[in-house]
This record gives sequence, C-alpha cells and structure tokens, in this order.
Amino acid sequence: MAVCIAVIAKENYPLYIRSVPTENELKFHYMVHTSLDVVDEKISALGKALVDQRELYLGLLYPTEDHKVYGYVTNSKVKFVMVVDSSNTALRDNEIRSMFRKLHNSYTDVMCNPFYNPGDRIHSRAFDNMVTAMMIQVC
Amino acid sequence: MEAAGGGGSGPPLLLSDAEQQCYSELFARCARTAAVGPALPSEPARALPSTVTAAAGPVADLFRASQLPAETLHLITELCGAKRVGYFGPTQFYVALKLIAAAQSGLPVRIESIKCESPLPRFMMSKNDGEVRLGTPAELHGTKAQIPYLTTDKNAFKRADDGDKQQETQSPTMSPLASPPSSPPHYQRVPLSHGYSKLRSSTEQMQPASYEARQSLAQTEGTSSGGPGAKPPRLQATLIRSFSVERDPHDSSSHYPDEPWRITEEQREYYINQFRSLQPDPSSFISGSVAKNFFTKSKLSIPELSYIWELSDADCDGALTLPEFCAAFHLIVARKNGYPLPEGLPPTLQPEYLQAAFPKSKWECALFDSYSESMSGSQQPRDSHWSEKTSVKDMADFSVSTQDVTLDDKQASINTTDDASPKDVSEDPATPKDSNSLKARPRSRSYSSTSIEEAMKRGEDPPTPPPRPQKTHSRASSLDLNKVFQPSVPAVKSGSLPQPPALPPRPCPSQSEQPAEAEVPPQSSRAPSQASESSPTKKDIPYSQPPSKPIRRKFKPENQTPENQELPPTVGGPASAPSMKLHPTVQKQSSKQKKAIQTAIRKNKEANAVLTRLNSELQQQLKEVHQERIALENQLEQLRPVTVL
Repeated sequence: MAVCIAVIAKENYPLYIRSVPTENELKFHYMVHTSLDVVDEKISALGKALVDQRELYLGLLYPTEDHKVYGYVTNSKVKFVMVVDSSNTALRDNEIRSMFRKLHNSYTDVMCNPFYNPGDRIHSRAFDNMVTAMMIQVC
Repeated sequence: MEAAGGGGSGPPLLLSDAEQQCYSELFARCARTAAVGPALPSEPARALPSTVTAAAGPVADLFRASQLPAETLHLITELCGAKRVGYFGPTQFYVALKLIAAAQSGLPVRIESIKCESPLPRFMMSKNDGEVRLGTPAELHGTKAQIPYLTTDKNAFKRADDGDKQQETQSPTMSPLASPPSSPPHYQRVPLSHGYSKLRSSTEQMQPASYEARQSLAQTEGTSSGGPGAKPPRLQATLIRSFSVERDPHDSSSHYPDEPWRITEEQREYYINQFRSLQPDPSSFISGSVAKNFFTKSKLSIPELSYIWELSDADCDGALTLPEFCAAFHLIVARKNGYPLPEGLPPTLQPEYLQAAFPKSKWECALFDSYSESMSGSQQPRDSHWSEKTSVKDMADFSVSTQDVTLDDKQASINTTDDASPKDVSEDPATPKDSNSLKARPRSRSYSSTSIEEAMKRGEDPPTPPPRPQKTHSRASSLDLNKVFQPSVPAVKSGSLPQPPALPPRPCPSQSEQPAEAEVPPQSSRAPSQASESSPTKKDIPYSQPPSKPIRRKFKPENQTPENQELPPTVGGPASAPSMKLHPTVQKQSSKQKKAIQTAIRKNKEANAVLTRLNSELQQQLKEVHQERIALENQLEQLRPVTVL
C-alpha cells in the first residue's frame, strides 16, 4: 500500500501526483522530486545499451528512515514513482512490480482516450479509482 | 429549528437553510394533505394539538415518490422513529427526509447519515399531484433530475407548448429553482453541427413530449422532467463533474433499473446513421481522432467528453465500435439534456447488452438496406486501416465475436495486449450466418479481395481444386483457365492436364537444335584437331563457327524457304500450335472439351511430323557440314608443313 504515487512526464513535470492525506504532503512531493535524479541516473547507467534491454522496473530508488521510494520508467520516458511506508515490511518486490504494472496499464488506457492530450494532467476517473485502490486506506 | 431533538429519537438534526426550507414545505404539504384528505384510520387520533403531524398517507406517497426501493423506505421509517412513535412528527419527518436524501446520494441508510452534509432529497410526484420538484441551488453535487428514462417520442410533438407552460408554472413553485423558463429553449437552440441540430430539435420536442409519453405510461412511475429543461443553464454555468445517484424505480417491468440509459429504437436508428456518416462500414471502428472531432461538435467540455469516452470505450482501444459509439452518443445526449453522467457505464449501455438487446436481423437489415446508399456517398479512405479491418471482419461472425474481431484488429493494428473482452453469446445463431452471408456478398464486391475472401470463395465452390488455377495461371497468365477447368475437373482432368505441360517443350527442340547445331561443329572440329595445336583449333572454331552461323542462318531461311509452304506454317505451326492449342482449349466449354482434345492431338501429331522432318533435314545438313570440315582440315594439314618450314 503506497503512501504516495506520482506520474512524471518525460520532461520531469508531474502529470499526476496523489498522496495519502496527511499533514505534510509537501514532504512527499519533495521526495518524489529528489527521486527523479536517481531515476535519471539509473536510466543513463546503461549507457550505450539499447532501450529494449533496459528493464522498466527500476526497483528501490532510495530508502529513507520512514519511507522507501520505488521507481518505474516506461519506454516513452514517463516515470512512475511510488513511496511506501517503511514499516510495511510485508510489501514485497513482486507486489510493487504488480502495482507498477497496473499503473502502467491504467496509464495506457488514459493515453488511448483521444480527448487526452499527452502532457496534460491526468484527470481520468478510472485512473483515480485504480490509484485509490492502491493507496493506504486512511479512514 | 436548528436542533430538533424534541422527539428524543436520535442525535440532533442539523439542517441547512435550504434543507430547512424544503423540509418545512414538504411537511406542511403533507400535513395539509392530511388535513384535507381523509386520514387513515390510525391517524385521526394522532393529530395532537401540540405538534402537527403529517399523515402517513401523504407521507407514504412522498416517500414512494423518492423512488427508493421499498426496503429502504421501511428502513428509513424505522430509523426515523416514526414507527416507534407511531406518527410522523416534524422530527421524524425531517430525519426521514434526510435519510432519503442520503439514500439517494448512495450513502448507507444509518442514523449517522443524518449528520452528514447531504443534498436535498428528490421526489417525483405524479402529475396529478402537480409537479413538485425540489432541487438544489447551484451546488449540484449529487442532486440532479431523477428522470426515469430518456424517452424519445420524437413524433409526439403535440403538447410542446403545454409542456413549456407547465414547466413555467411549476418552476415558480420550485423553491430553490429560479431558472427562467425561457432559458431551456434558449439553451436547446445552441447552434450545433448538422448532426446535432437535428438531434437538438428532436430533443427539444422530446422533453415536453416526454411529459406526454410519461403521463401515458407512467402510472407506476411518477415521473416528470421539469428539471432537465431548467437544469441545463445552471449546468452550463458550473462545470460539473457530477455524480448521479443510483435510481431504483419501483417499476419492475424493466430488467435494468437505469431507464434513462436505455436506448430506444429511434435513437438507435439515429445513432447508426450518424455512425455511418463517419464510417460507412457498420461493423468497423471509428478511430479516436474522427470520433473526437465529431463529439467535440456537441460543445460539451473536454473533460466531460473525456469522461464519456472513458465510460463508453469498454475495451480501451482508442476506437469505437458501433455499440460503443451508440453508448457514447447516448451519454452525450443525456448529458446535453441535463442528466448527470453515471459513475460507471450503465448496464443498458454496455456493448454486450446493446448487441444482444437489439435483434441482429434488424441491425443487419437496417445496415444492409442503407448499405448501398452509404457506399455511394461514402469516403472510402477516411479510415486508414479501414479496409484491413473490414477484410478481417468478413470472416468473423458478427454477433458472437465482434469483440473477437476487435481484438484481432487491435492486435493487428495497435499491438496492445488487451484482456479478452467478454464474448457475447449470440442469442440467435441463425441470423448471424444470414447476416454474415448477406454482408459477405456485397462486401466482396466492393472491397479489395484478400486472401481470406478468396479462400471463402474457393470454399464455396467445392469442385474447384485450388491449386489448379495457379498452375494454369502460371502457364498463361493472360488467359483465365479457371473457367475452363473449373467445371470440367473430373472429366477432363486426365486429358487436359498433360497438355499444358507438354506444350512448352515443343518449341524448345527447334530452338535447342540450333544452338546445339552451333555447338556441335565447333566441338566436332575440336575433336579431330585435338591432336593438332590448339591455335589451329581455335582458328578452326571461328572458321567453323562462321560456317555454322551462316548454316544456322541458312537454316532459318531454309527453314522458311525450302519448307516454304510447309515449314513456315509448321514452324509457325509449332510456335502457333501452343497458342492455338491454348486458344481452343480456353475458348471451349466443358461440352467442347473433347473436340479441343482432338484438335490438340491432331495438331500435336502435325507438329511432331514437322519436327521429325526438320530433324532429318538438319541431320543431313550436319553430315554435309562435317564432310566439308574434314575436307578443310585436310587442306590445312597439307598446307601446314609448308608454312612451318
């Protein structure tokens, strides 16, 4: 269960960012922003390797005391960043991968909508519902 | 009354001003009606002087008008304490109203619900009671018109004026609504593209006409649609992402509860026509960009259109099939008329339902009838991958697996892996085949034939063995031997088959003899002169070659001249014989096959004779040439010792 989920465009501006409503949401925004550097580093680490060989799931970008940040990049350089709570030890890598896959599929569906212009913020309700399902349920 | 906790029936009730107003009005009405009308036997004793009570009769009517299911209403009455207390005092009434509002908003009916900020409840009264509509002011989070179904009685234009007048008279009675009655027609006359203007005028008449239709139909459903006309201006003003409420009409005649989302026949016809104007083939897609341009003409906002697309494009492939298109169109129409957009695609608008609901034969007839019309007027290259999709579709069974085909097309064109959309099991397997055959024939005429269609054609003609045409085609592509060989397959097969392969070798011997002729002298000259030096042999070769060449050339004129009368016709014969043989064999039908064979045999024999003659003559010449060569070589040898020295 994620604490914050963000979709970042190729030019590194957010297309969609949603966090669990806590008092300090800006902290999550900041974390996502700093994680972009790590993402770029991981992307360019392969260097001359072909894009195909690069795996989409980037894995743990960096851990902090309270949170862990995971990253995922699509072939069009759209990045998904997910912040999860460190205390949630039951969350395994496979689950994170599946969450990213679901995100990717929903993102593709958003893209298929002809009324969506790439680069716009994502307002799709289906996407929202999917993200809500993934976030920690805070009553 | 800020806190009506007098009844001791629960937590204090906090009402906003609008709610207060509405509730008190409703309560007054119910009480009034109770005073006027005959109260139920249980009631008269309850009319306590201290508190005005609302009689159960009108209250029950009111609750029923809220169009909640009976169980919910029971629950509400229990919760509000009326059952306990035995009457509907103001407290209970207000609690009940609040619970009704909550239930209509989709919240669970609980005591805690009354604490929540909920919109006003909505009640649909029958026309007899007068149209009472309680709507909300501009903030329209959950309250929209409860309209049972979007009837399109396009022909009932009768009481358009009356309807408007009624609308006018009722709107003042609506407490919070102050929208001027002139605005609905105003709104509805927003200029649109031709496709929509037609719809506009029809919906304009639709709404007042719907009063009529509903009045006639709605004895069980107390319906009215005063709302939609008045609503749109407000909706236009506020760009709303509105959430409609699940409406459960107490009309159990329909299988699905969402009546506004049911597409009627006229609507369906209209949608199909619109689809065809965009895309001539009714079973193919409309691409995203085309649909976007079309729907943008409806002047809805982009986010709303985006949401409508999200709802209607069930398989998320960026293209709309006919049922998806109908669903999207219907949603747009509903939205234009003021209905809020649903949370999810209503069951009556789902593609499977739409395909199953309307009989395929009707679809096909409608499509087939106008198919020829549309074909003439259609712009074919509108959709880039249109022809590919339709050619693939020819094979697919329309009803059962339109979605299968869409899957195939998707995989072909978009290369995305989609989840297998649920297949619609055709309810009438007979009609799809008919429709398929119906459609296949006109299609095969118009579309470029693909291999699939050819296979279909071949499959339809059992006697045609597929490889045969190819053989004959490879033989003589200009001639269509299909017609010749198709009907006569069993009879002629043995006889006619040998002919085509036999033909080509015939000219070759005549040609091959000549190069062989040219080669033989040099070889023969080489052979005797192998003992001698190589150079003389080389000299011999050119010497011998020119003799052979003129000999060859001689052959040709000899071929033509000595055998003037014979050879030209015969040389022309072998050359023309194949063609002649082909022509008669091609031109004759199965009945003339034997004649063809006989003539062919005759000609073969003639050609054979000619060639044998030619052969013998050539061999004679060969001998003569040999002799000359030998003589020449002898001379050379005689001369050589002289030169060496």
